[in-house]
Amino acid sequence: MRPLPELTAENTAFWTGGERGELMIAFCSDCDKAIHPPQLLCPTCQSQAVVTRAVAGTGAVYSFTVNHQPWLPDMAVPFAIAVVDVDDAPGVRVTAPVACDDPDSVQIGQRMVIGFEPSGDVWLPLWSPLEGAAG
Amino acid sequence: MRDFPRAAITGVGMSDIGRNTGRPAMLHLAEAADRALARAGLTRADIDGIATYPGKADNSPGMSPLGTGEVRGALGLKTRWHCAVPDGPAQMAPIMVAAMAVMTGQARHVLCFRALTESSSQTAGRRASIAGAGKAQIGGWLSWLVPVGAMSASNWAGWIANRYFHEFGMTREHLGMVAVAERQFAQMNPLAVMQKPLSLDDYLAARMISSPLGLFDCDIPIDGAAVIIVSAADAASDCRLPPLRIEAMGSALGSLETWDQRPDLTTMGANDAGADLWSRTSLKPDDVDVLGLYDGFSIFVPIWLEALGFCGHGEAKDLIASGAIGPGGRFPVNTGGGQLSGGRLHGFGLLHEVCLQLWGQAGDRQVADARTGVCGMGGGFIAGAMLLNRD
Repeated sequence: MRPLPELTAENTAFWTGGERGELMIAFCSDCDKAIHPPQLLCPTCQSQAVVTRAVAGTGAVYSFTVNHQPWLPDMAVPFAIAVVDVDDAPGVRVTAPVACDDPDSVQIGQRMVIGFEPSGDVWLPLWSPLEGAAG
Repeated sequence: MRDFPRAAITGVGMSDIGRNTGRPAMLHLAEAADRALARAGLTRADIDGIATYPGKADNSPGMSPLGTGEVRGALGLKTRWHCAVPDGPAQMAPIMVAAMAVMTGQARHVLCFRALTESSSQTAGRRASIAGAGKAQIGGWLSWLVPVGAMSASNWAGWIANRYFHEFGMTREHLGMVAVAERQFAQMNPLAVMQKPLSLDDYLAARMISSPLGLFDCDIPIDGAAVIIVSAADAASDCRLPPLRIEAMGSALGSLETWDQRPDLTTMGANDAGADLWSRTSLKPDDVDVLGLYDGFSIFVPIWLEALGFCGHGEAKDLIASGAIGPGGRFPVNTGGGQLSGGRLHGFGLLHEVCLQLWGQAGDRQVADARTGVCGMGGGFIAGAMLLNRD
């Protein structure tokens, strides 16, 4: 069984926004910097006015790996995991598996769109190739 | 440049390393301690400090079965100072903290240890080295990786490697040269677990683990222990061998505690620690005779080579292809076989080997007249670096 994230004051919005289909990213209300992983304090200006808001849920692959090793008995392999630079949230990457038929088709720079799958009390992110987008 | 007393490494020891030995961790540890004490010319009564990384921990099977308390008990040590460091400059943390302890007079001779029984534990439990496996929930930096399917460090190292390949034109052949060079060294080290020859074709034919990393890009879980004795400069005269002075240590870290958010993932914490190291000494990379570089995954070796200034950013593939890191090369790396072929002692084995080289005790793989060595431990956001030399 794969462990789920422990929910905290900082991260609950991120892990539960998927129920509404929303990728929730933390931002500082004062200096507008994106903060990820989310924190209670803005590391740039130390403001405590950190809020989360939905971003578009798209991005470009910064890097990826195709996992071939079944680390757990019920793990279906191979599958790709992408580290994606998130649109509208400079400096933020969201790492998640890629839903696609051919994991070897994933490339750096490829456009992705996020989706979510429920698991326990959280919604886990899942990237999918953005159809029709230029690579 | 230095206005503080030096610390020195005065003894090192390693147990017989094996796979699925079924031998209790404490017996590995006792063997490593005996060998380190004998090499140093010290007795248990001389040891007045003890330090380890990370301390007794169950975060993955067999990863750290022993704490300082059990080891003090088993070895009958009466210490003035003890410490376990789970959250510091990588696996090097206890050795660095021990150096600070002897410099400030807290102890004279500190026994630093690392013991692992990952091979036996994983075989017994049929569980791989997966942090948090078997738990319902996970917190901290692992919570951004494990729940989204990035369960293994090979996944995290895999995306670092893919980005590095993309930016600098490195290929699997370059990483294969790292694995092959380390295996060539291992064949000259009776304590290394992997002794069979490894060709580049063997490397390329091996099964993929997490692309672009295959089986021989991953280090090997073992059962074993290593001990490093750190002594005060004025106490080193108690010892049998010339002291290996700790010339400089580097542990700077400028990025977050994550494996995916560092702005440039063709670098690691190693780059921060490496720059910090050289800012604290007048020596230069060209003064180095032998290197111990963390190789939990092969891709860490080129990154550490760059982090420690042996070549520029993006140039490690050329340094590797030139043969510089292998037997007979100008900058021999992991001459005991490293973790890829020697077994995963979490950096302690790499430092053990650098020390043997500096004492001229490295047998068939001895680097001629090695006087200065560097060791870098850690992957991802954790890193510690140390420069050693002898007269």
